[in-house]
Amino acid sequence: MKAETKKVLVDPLVDNNPITLQVLGICSALAVTSQMKTSIIMAIALTAVVACSSAAISMVRNHIPSSIRIIVQMTIIASLVIVVDQILKAFVYDISKQLSVFVGLIITNCIVMGRAEAYAMKNPPWDSFVDGIGNGLGYSLILLIVAFFRELLGAGKLFGIEILKLTKDGGWYEPNGLMLLPPSAFFIIGLIIWAFRSWKPAQVEAPDYKISAIAHGEGGHH
Amino acid sequence: MSNDNKDQNDLETSPSASGLSAYKDRILALGNDSLEKTIAVALALCLVCAVLVSFSAVGLKPLQIYNKALDMKKNILDVAGLLEADMDIDQAFETQIEAKIVDLKTGEYDDSINVVSFDQRKAAKDPQQNKVIPRKLDIASIKVKSKKAKVYLVKKGGQISSIILPVHGYGLWSTMYGFLALDADGQTVQSINFYDQAETPGLGGEVVNPTWRALWKGKKVYSADSVPVLRLVKGIVDVSRAGAEHQVDGLAGATLTSNGVSNLIRYWMGDEGFAPYLNKVRTTKGKEEGV
Repeated sequence: MKAETKKVLVDPLVDNNPITLQVLGICSALAVTSQMKTSIIMAIALTAVVACSSAAISMVRNHIPSSIRIIVQMTIIASLVIVVDQILKAFVYDISKQLSVFVGLIITNCIVMGRAEAYAMKNPPWDSFVDGIGNGLGYSLILLIVAFFRELLGAGKLFGIEILKLTKDGGWYEPNGLMLLPPSAFFIIGLIIWAFRSWKPAQVEAPDYKISAIAHGEGGHH
Repeated sequence: MSNDNKDQNDLETSPSASGLSAYKDRILALGNDSLEKTIAVALALCLVCAVLVSFSAVGLKPLQIYNKALDMKKNILDVAGLLEADMDIDQAFETQIEAKIVDLKTGEYDDSINVVSFDQRKAAKDPQQNKVIPRKLDIASIKVKSKKAKVYLVKKGGQISSIILPVHGYGLWSTMYGFLALDADGQTVQSINFYDQAETPGLGGEVVNPTWRALWKGKKVYSADSVPVLRLVKGIVDVSRAGAEHQVDGLAGATLTSNGVSNLIRYWMGDEGFAPYLNKVRTTKGKEEGV
């Protein structure tokens, strides 16, 4: 594998993760992560859409009129999302029932549009495809970490299999109901961002402004 | 950009390409921001995407319809207590379950309607087949109902052993659709199963929890004077107290979903729902004739 291709693939996992660094695609990360199973299907669906839409947009990039650029991208993305939704309904009906509207909402997922605009419009199809896979995997990684903690702490299960025996079934673990609600994903994503930035200080943004100490004697305008 | 004016002139004067492909070459060579190219690209894109979407939608449709029907059969077998792992669902459904259309008002079977194609949810939205529920009677908050309902019967030795009734009502976020299975006495609950709901996962969504659903077994729907009194109560039912057979544990942290379940039972087991039908079944002792 070429060094450049590898960089495009691996970079979005940690160093340039779409969720933790770019803070994109948060809505679906909150909505579908209460279970591992739905998260995996969502991750695969999104990765497929980003990779294929990036490749398709990259193929026609030299012929996209700038006045309808965004609409062209959206049409390609939306078509792919509908195809993915139809495939899920045909082959994994149970899970597509649980994901309900969130597959359709991949259309508005900022990661897909972001990659189309930032990468696919300027790079050849194969690189764009790999970039899409890389970013999809970066998204998947965070989704699965969040789902792991939410399902384990919220329901005592992983992939629907009991790990921690719940008190209501005679075990010892009292599940944390908050973990099953979308806001808990905020806390977990926040903690992941904190962990990533402690590990890689380069990701820490420079503060927009600094509160400076007011020199003694000048703060008297109460 | 590769498509500058020189290319364009070359292509336009080239006589080798003919018809459509010549047109394609000319368009591709145009400047990206020309009006003609903008329209051509938009049209071509719409065409390609439309073909892609229609092919996948039409091609996968039979599989999707089959999945949906299979899912419904699975739910009915489940509520009847007949579902086993690795069973042939189609075959089990065909041999053990009988679908019937019931007129809700009279409680009579209506054999004039095709049982297989009748869709109660669609009928509830069709002005020809539905009935707007007066506000004060609409305890399940469903606004309209189909005049006919599709019930399922399980028979053993010619006698009805389970009556499976479709019920639905509003919870906290969603309309919850489910089946309630009763004994032939139209009084004792066998099981309940919500197959379509979007309540909060882990709280109201626990209506699908098998442990909670098991609590329904053996509960009685009607009081001595034939009023549907079965309902969810806050906390855990005290079995030593009178009336415990009409009570099921409420869902912890989901008061509104619990109220929704109580309401939909009260509605569908009442005179607006299946009470006339269940009366008929009771008087004929589950035998076919006269019902």
